[in-house]
Amino acid sequence: MNESVNYKFPDADGRFGKFGGKYVPETLITPLKELEEIYFSLKNDPGFIQELNQLNSEYTGRPTPLTFADSLTKHYGKGKIYLKREDLCHTGAHKINNALGQILLAKKLGKTRIIAETGAGQHGVATATVCAKFGMKCFVYMGEVDIERQSLNVFRMKLLGAEVIPVSSGSKTLKDATNEAIRDWVANVNDTHYIIGSVVGPHPYPMMVRDFQSVIGTEAKYQIHNIEGRDPDYIVACVGGGSNAIGIFYPFINRNVKLIGVEAAGYGIDTDKHCATLTLGREGIFQGMKTYLLQNDEGQVSEVHSISAGLDYPGVGPEHSFLKDEIIADYYSVTDDEAIKATELLSHKEGIIPALESAHAIAYLEYLMPKTTKDEIIIVNVSGRGDKDLNTIKNSLGY
Amino acid sequence: MSFIADFISKKNETKEKILSIFLTAGFPDKTRFAELAVKVLDAGADMLEIGFPFSDPLADGPTIQHSSQIALENGVNLKKTFAYAAEIRKHTQKPLIMMGYANPVLSYGVKKFADDAKAAGVNGLIIPDIPIEEYDNFFDESFDGLDTILLITPTTTDARIKLIDEKSSGFVYCVSISGTTGSSNKSISSTLDFLKNTYSTVRNNKMLVGFGISNENDVKTFAPHCDGVIVGSAVIKSLMNDDPNYSNTIDLIKKLKSSLI
Ligand SMILES: Cc1ncc(COP(=O)(O)O)c(C=O)c1O
Repeated sequence: MNESVNYKFPDADGRFGKFGGKYVPETLITPLKELEEIYFSLKNDPGFIQELNQLNSEYTGRPTPLTFADSLTKHYGKGKIYLKREDLCHTGAHKINNALGQILLAKKLGKTRIIAETGAGQHGVATATVCAKFGMKCFVYMGEVDIERQSLNVFRMKLLGAEVIPVSSGSKTLKDATNEAIRDWVANVNDTHYIIGSVVGPHPYPMMVRDFQSVIGTEAKYQIHNIEGRDPDYIVACVGGGSNAIGIFYPFINRNVKLIGVEAAGYGIDTDKHCATLTLGREGIFQGMKTYLLQNDEGQVSEVHSISAGLDYPGVGPEHSFLKDEIIADYYSVTDDEAIKATELLSHKEGIIPALESAHAIAYLEYLMPKTTKDEIIIVNVSGRGDKDLNTIKNSLGY
Repeated sequence: MSFIADFISKKNETKEKILSIFLTAGFPDKTRFAELAVKVLDAGADMLEIGFPFSDPLADGPTIQHSSQIALENGVNLKKTFAYAAEIRKHTQKPLIMMGYANPVLSYGVKKFADDAKAAGVNGLIIPDIPIEEYDNFFDESFDGLDTILLITPTTTDARIKLIDEKSSGFVYCVSISGTTGSSNKSISSTLDFLKNTYSTVRNNKMLVGFGISNENDVKTFAPHCDGVIVGSAVIKSLMNDDPNYSNTIDLIKKLKSSLI
């Protein structure tokens, strides 16, 4: 039930078709090979699976509910909308699913120091959390712009004992934090494990992070079969790097379910202030992977924008580039304003304040729902809760 | 045999080791870059590595990040870099190498890049984010006649050193530290052990050592265990606040050169 039919990616070289790979400085090749080896040796190890399952249930609070969104469904008067509630995970977002998996690997690798990058701060908080629990030193790179707009999460990381290292290069957001984390790793490979927060970077990260996040889709499938006795017709998720999206998509690939990824259109895709990578980018090599990339004519990476720090990234996970080209999933985008409206809508109708990232998935319902029929089923992944974004939302709504 | 390998061998035959200098294209002054490069060669540099800028230079420390940023602000792109190379080529017979990241090359068109580089008199290319795993997918036959120089680092296993030595042409670039450009050596003795081991394992290529070499002392320490040294960040740093004649930088290069002999 959990394995996807006829879909075996990445290949042995870490490629999803032409995307993916290991475009990294030589220094990182050996640690990446070690990581891949330990991951393959543990992936099907009953002890490892049991340890992770137990943490997922007793620490994170999995399975997260699948909530029927009664009022939202009535609001559109079309198909039935269900919400996968990753906002109810410990720490408030799906990021903990990956952080727990990777901290177990780091322990097995004998590493004592953990580094991470963060945009919204959710991955930073998740990493700081698992480091506190497992007694590891934790350093989180975060762009100065994001430190400002996600200040609550900065404090959470500090309270959890992590050191937050401000990044002032480039656009001072997620991409620059990722560059700094990679540079740190190059300099400290011996004792350090890098917990990447999304399905990005060099192989084996996109595969590994996907596998840890696919618990979302595996649960959702079980839950919707229990409630409705069948697969949904649509699954909708927001895409920054793409980890919550691939997590819920993966167990449904090649099963006649329409998979929809929603990117951030920022001020609009007719402006240059957006991060709709799959919509407007083209093939590039960036941060260790070949993937769609927002770049200028000369191959310089674009400065991008989204109101949501977790989506404010010019690249995207290589598997999404592959799913797009193979037309296995479809990708659309919604603007900052549409995401803010969706935040308000979900709060009013369902009593759930979503993260601004997740609000992008909700916002796409405006386009999707009119096309659905009453007997169709839609699952939206609510990847996180909105507490971290209250300041931004407050300012945007002018409360 | 490659022009670069041949050049290094001839120098080595007269007991001379190579001094290769890294400059960022169009830095610090986009209008006087070729002039600076020729001065550097005249001061004793045996080879030049011309860095073309990228917005996200993963393998570089703050110094070369800064020079790349200035170069981008100065409007330096690959076309401009080829023009610099062609201009420098008019004044020198020494090897010219281009160094930079994969994405600008991919975007320019890999074949067009190779053709234009050769036409500009460039002899070799270093792309730090193309390890041997990606080599065959990236470099095609249009790179015949252009050396593709690969890197070896302290995390490279002996088995990999052999594979890299087989694929690399021109020379192998031995990175003396695990770190970004401009980092300093944490332990000289372990670095020396690494250099000695690598030098004896590399069979097909000459070996130059770079990263973490900033002064005459470093040069004297490392030179006996390789065929030449590469200095980058120290030169860029010197250029950051040099006079219009680049006197301090030229001085630095003369000193580095004399400490090699
Ligand atoms: C709640 C939430 N959703 C989504 C994302 C975007 O990441 P991804 O696309 O990897 O799920 C983030 C990233 O910070 C997040 O915090």
